[in-house]
Amino acid sequence: MGALLNQRFLTLVVLAAVIAVLPLLFPSSYYFRVASLVWVAALAAIGLNILMGQAGQVSLGHAAFFGIGAYAVAIGPTHLGIPSWAALLIGAVLSAVLAYLVGRPILRLKGHYLAIATLGLGVLVALVISTESGWTGGPDGMPVERLTLFGWRVSGSYTWYWVTGALLLIGTWIALNLDETPTGRAFRALHDSEVAAQVVGVDVARFKLQAFVIAAVYASLAGSALAFMNGFINPDQAGFLHSVELVTIVVLGGLGSVVGSIVGAAVLITLPQALTVFHEYEHLLLGLIIIVSMIFMRNGIVPSLSALLLRRARS
Amino acid sequence: MAEFLQFLISGLTVGAVYALVALGFTLIYNASGVVNFAQGEFVMLGGMVTVFASAAGAPLPLAALIAIVAAVIIGLLLHRLAIEPARGASAVTLIIITIGASILLRGLAAIVFDKQFHKLPAFTGETPIDILGAAVQPQSFWVLGGTAVVVVALYAFLEHTILGKAVLATAANRLAARLVGINTTTIMALAFGGSAAIGAVAGILVTPITLTNYDVGTLLALKGFAAAMLGGMGNPLGAVVGGLLLGLLEAFGAGYLSSTYKDAFAFLVILFVLFAAPQGLFGRRVVERV
Amino acid sequence: MTILKGTDLGISFGGVKAVDGVSFSVGSGQILSIIGPNGAGKTTLFNIVSGIYVASRGTIHLADEDVTGLAPHKLAARGLSRTFQNLQIFQRMTACENVMVGRHLREKCNLLPALFRTPSVTRQNRETRAAALDLLAEVGLKDVADVPAGSLPYGACKRLEIARALAAEPRVLLLDEPAAGCNAVETEEIDHLIRQVADRGVAVVLVEHDMKLVMKISDRILVLDRGRPLAEGTPREVRDDPKVLEAYLGQHGAREAARA
Repeated sequence: MGALLNQRFLTLVVLAAVIAVLPLLFPSSYYFRVASLVWVAALAAIGLNILMGQAGQVSLGHAAFFGIGAYAVAIGPTHLGIPSWAALLIGAVLSAVLAYLVGRPILRLKGHYLAIATLGLGVLVALVISTESGWTGGPDGMPVERLTLFGWRVSGSYTWYWVTGALLLIGTWIALNLDETPTGRAFRALHDSEVAAQVVGVDVARFKLQAFVIAAVYASLAGSALAFMNGFINPDQAGFLHSVELVTIVVLGGLGSVVGSIVGAAVLITLPQALTVFHEYEHLLLGLIIIVSMIFMRNGIVPSLSALLLRRARS
Repeated sequence: MAEFLQFLISGLTVGAVYALVALGFTLIYNASGVVNFAQGEFVMLGGMVTVFASAAGAPLPLAALIAIVAAVIIGLLLHRLAIEPARGASAVTLIIITIGASILLRGLAAIVFDKQFHKLPAFTGETPIDILGAAVQPQSFWVLGGTAVVVVALYAFLEHTILGKAVLATAANRLAARLVGINTTTIMALAFGGSAAIGAVAGILVTPITLTNYDVGTLLALKGFAAAMLGGMGNPLGAVVGGLLLGLLEAFGAGYLSSTYKDAFAFLVILFVLFAAPQGLFGRRVVERV
Repeated sequence: MTILKGTDLGISFGGVKAVDGVSFSVGSGQILSIIGPNGAGKTTLFNIVSGIYVASRGTIHLADEDVTGLAPHKLAARGLSRTFQNLQIFQRMTACENVMVGRHLREKCNLLPALFRTPSVTRQNRETRAAALDLLAEVGLKDVADVPAGSLPYGACKRLEIARALAAEPRVLLLDEPAAGCNAVETEEIDHLIRQVADRGVAVVLVEHDMKLVMKISDRILVLDRGRPLAEGTPREVRDDPKVLEAYLGQHGAREAARA
């Protein structure tokens, strides 16, 4: 028990240290921006990993919640005069409510059927966003008012680096907390054997729904953060390809590994940035990276590496 | 009445394409258990290669043949280089691999060809035929007829050839098929090749009506997947019916309800069908054994 | 006092009547064994009683409450727990965590305290782990408490399932072939364990092929054949029933046995 507590504590300390030290290595504000993008993607992925890695339920439409969070902070202040910080909370609540309402019927499905249903949900939300152009600016997107907290106008890539870093730290802390609780155990139990979880009294439907709602809120908050940071938002953030990107981050980093989601995000966000030199070949290379990493790291980077280190340590 | 007929025929035409995509899905899914999200890219390749081959001077039938062969080669490569090495990976991992392949093929097409929209001439002229007041593109008949030919040919292949029966056996039980000496790896390669050919045919048939570019595959794959689900995953007949139903739904939905939300109907219906019948319309209900 | 009672239960799959008109009852502290040849419907009956299948006819009463068709987790909340013939352990969790999941119903399980790990969550976690370790000690698995359950040998998994089922503090415990694949010593231990559990007042329903074990520990035995009840009674009555011998050994075998 003490060891587990330490491991959790250690993870947080190392993450905080990384966030604090990285800026010393950054030569320009561009690097702060890319790192912030990584923190935001990691935040969404950590949430999705609770659903996929812990509870074992796939979602191919998770960008929908990301999009809801993003558009909430865009539409709220612009069209409805809601303060930005309140719009962020409203977005999270809307995502949670949507996840709660559609989660019950959707999460009864299994395997490929669950995949297509979540995919359908994602496509529908993205379609609404890009069609209702009066509210959302349509396919071209819309500007987002800067976040103002207690008179402090949050802007600049340097500031956002610290804000998103802090968000990631909190998100990591919460995800790690969950692991060793009755709820976290119920998630992992129903992942391994639904029927066995049921006969010891786990209300499988209820816990799947909880995982879905948690994941939706994470994605929504990440979406809001990205919208504030960019000052602009377009429907791609809610689209199918973004959903795929989130799933890829989770699987690439390692299902069920919180650290894995951060590493996965770092790889999948920074690689295309590094590859923009080959702008023409961006898609081709992204596809190639996805295929190759899935074939050779099918258990995910972090679990594969830690297994390797463990073997080294033993021999 | 004329309006109804117009929607009916355009729905069936689009539905036929969805049916072919769904059929390709089903073929690969049955042989390998893989849900191939790159299925839409076969349709894209069919259209794009034909466009560029005929622009280079090849007569249309030859250009079409080149496109089918190209798609089959890509399909075989996809199996050999991306699916076969990942044997034994989880379903989600395999799905991500095929999505990666779809992104890769799209990127490849954008480089090898371009990012513009392209059109093929209709096979037999563009003068609409009047049927009870509905103006019908002659190409619609090519799409419907072509789809029918593919469906019948696939049926004949599966039911009346040894190789086809081996495919069915592999679909029913992969381990048992291997035990009776069927080379399931070959069967899987065959499924990828065949499914690529079916996709390419769909692309060639429909490009004169809908145009094509490097990016058309994604939405087609999603809708083909939806159609396959609607019919009950793994059921070829269900895939065809699911595709046609989906096409009709879209056409009537766009015609009578809202054309801006045309693409939404497919997914709304899928959600409702899955809520009501979690195994699809024609799927078998399985009792979980514990 | 009768705690679990099934009346005229039946279910069919694709026209085959897997269970057909089976009734039984078991009281607190009693051990009822269900035996019968393969395919007799024993496991199917368990699946009906534990809520995994919904019976097409008949009723189930748990402590005088009609619980027919109730979902498994609701039955668990009313004191019914079970193990599985083909193991259903949580492979990726440690042995101890498996048993801790068994304590699920005894734990407070609110989401917000869990997310922020309040001191009460940590305290409860400690208590649950202590209780789980006690149970693991009882089934002789204390040494492997922190080993991933997926890497445990078969016999250990069987006992782990029993510990997990007991963790819920059930009033009725269904055991599906607990001794299958166990050696003589392990079977002896399981025999002992079941006896202990029953002595605490838990009603035990047992499906088992090991006849020596069944004859030794059962209070009553129900014999099924092709989904239908064939005989019911004390071990002695059942052993001497010619119909039972016939079902097990065939007509010829039964004559041989009668002569012997």
